[in-house]
Amino acid sequence: MTTTSDRKTAAVVCDFLDAQRETIVAQWAESPFFRSVAQDPDQAVGDSTEILRGLRKAVAAGDSDSPAAEGFSDLRSLLTALAAQLDGNEGVSARTAVEVSELKDPLLRLWLESEQDGELVVPGALLLSGAVDTLRLVLVESALAAAKETLAIQRDQLTELSTPVIKLWDGVLAIPLIGTLDSMRSQVATESLLQSIMTHQAKVAILDITGVPTVDTMVAQHLLKTAMAARLMGAECVISGIRPQIANTMVQLGIDLGEVATRARLADALAYALNRLGLQIESQPGAV
Amino acid sequence: MTRAPSNTSVAIHDEFDIVHVRHAARQAATTAGFTLVQQTKLVTAASELARNALVYGGGGKAEIAVEDLGANRTVRMIFTDRGPGITDIEAAMADGFTTGSGLGLGLGGAKRLADQFRIESAPGRGTTVEITMSVRRNAGP
Amino acid sequence: MPSVPIVNLNGVLLVTIQEELLDQSVSEFESELTEKVVDTRARGVLIDVSVLDIIDSFLARTLHDIAAITSLMAARTVVVGMRPAVAITLVELGLTLPGLLTALSVEEGLALLAPPPGPARTALR
Repeated sequence: MTTTSDRKTAAVVCDFLDAQRETIVAQWAESPFFRSVAQDPDQAVGDSTEILRGLRKAVAAGDSDSPAAEGFSDLRSLLTALAAQLDGNEGVSARTAVEVSELKDPLLRLWLESEQDGELVVPGALLLSGAVDTLRLVLVESALAAAKETLAIQRDQLTELSTPVIKLWDGVLAIPLIGTLDSMRSQVATESLLQSIMTHQAKVAILDITGVPTVDTMVAQHLLKTAMAARLMGAECVISGIRPQIANTMVQLGIDLGEVATRARLADALAYALNRLGLQIESQPGAV
Repeated sequence: MTRAPSNTSVAIHDEFDIVHVRHAARQAATTAGFTLVQQTKLVTAASELARNALVYGGGGKAEIAVEDLGANRTVRMIFTDRGPGITDIEAAMADGFTTGSGLGLGLGGAKRLADQFRIESAPGRGTTVEITMSVRRNAGP
Repeated sequence: MPSVPIVNLNGVLLVTIQEELLDQSVSEFESELTEKVVDTRARGVLIDVSVLDIIDSFLARTLHDIAAITSLMAARTVVVGMRPAVAITLVELGLTLPGLLTALSVEEGLALLAPPPGPARTALR
């Protein structure tokens, strides 16, 4: 809520920010905060300028107490980038508190030196101080968002790593599916499997679910979809590693895998695959 | 905050335009950083809806936009036609699509492929179909 | 309007769909192909879709129809080389095309369409 005097303070503060822009930017660019995150002095100046612009916008709108203010929203992508470059080990909050406060000092000092009207000195200082505090809040929020993003990306990478593809024979691939198959991992596993079928020209792909704790309707659906997609490509899927408990659950849930071949053990699936390829294993005299 | 890095409009008046719509969808998917599978789904959905607008709607247009929404990059496609409109939308969505026989409208298929699906249609008032597909934005452009 | 070239390989008609086809071209292609099956008394049709990065419901149904029509003429149709992304999308669309024969490559497809008698296979269950 802005009163007339608030608006007047804001207006005067904005004038001050405009008048002192170059000085403020120069001093900010020198601060440890910008020096630690910027690639070079020019970029530090560029970043400082943009942050000052956003701050001024929020102050002008009377919104400088609100992290959602448009002036601060404008800065989010920049702040996210800066936050990503801060050393995460020390914990963003403690570090940013110190460093963003460094932005306050030049601002307040310049404000006091600018010899404003007596009754505006304190309100203006409070306004500037509050605006920088809000800026800190926005930076912390951005840093948290960036951290969440990193975690998500790492989780994806982990997902990709945990779907290995093993070439058992010419034209036979085995894909051990390990762990809980949530929707995301299932999709990645399917894409990876199908790509491997193409690359290796594998006629049979064995999906081994020994390492999958539960097979519910969703998992079964993913397996079926994978098998159907493989079939469209000209390959056949075999599902192996179906333990008695899993089989039981599937029957209870009324899961029907249709025409997809299933085997209890990987070895059985391999025998099936070789047979489909028209190959036969013979025992020779002199075996070990 | 929503920013629209790109926005395209394609008129749908003949078969060639279905191809144009596909290309525009492909462009949008690439701009949004979709994986190959996501691109394929998007372009296929676009093809279904474009053909729908042409064959059942008598022609119309497609508006394709790439948007940044929070942590996601979204492609939004809106297909409009001034055709006869659909009397029974539910039936149209389910009708004939999965049986593989008969004509079946491309609506059910597009809905399956998309993240979000919205349709507005009434007899005599044409049809508007809006679908979106999103991916999480990675650090970088 | 470009038509899809059809090559006769000893009783198997080989078709490679090279590019994005307009709906009308797809329909023409279907007619031409089925007529040729009759004319040449082909025992099989091989449709190579390995270049296609999109197969929508229209083309998918056409492939299905071609298979159905040729089987009425005592010929078999095999679709080969479908790309993973395309396969996944068709499955998502609900078009799994159960009656359609498929193979990984032209080579595999020809093996499927090899003239009988083929090598005996031992069933191992």
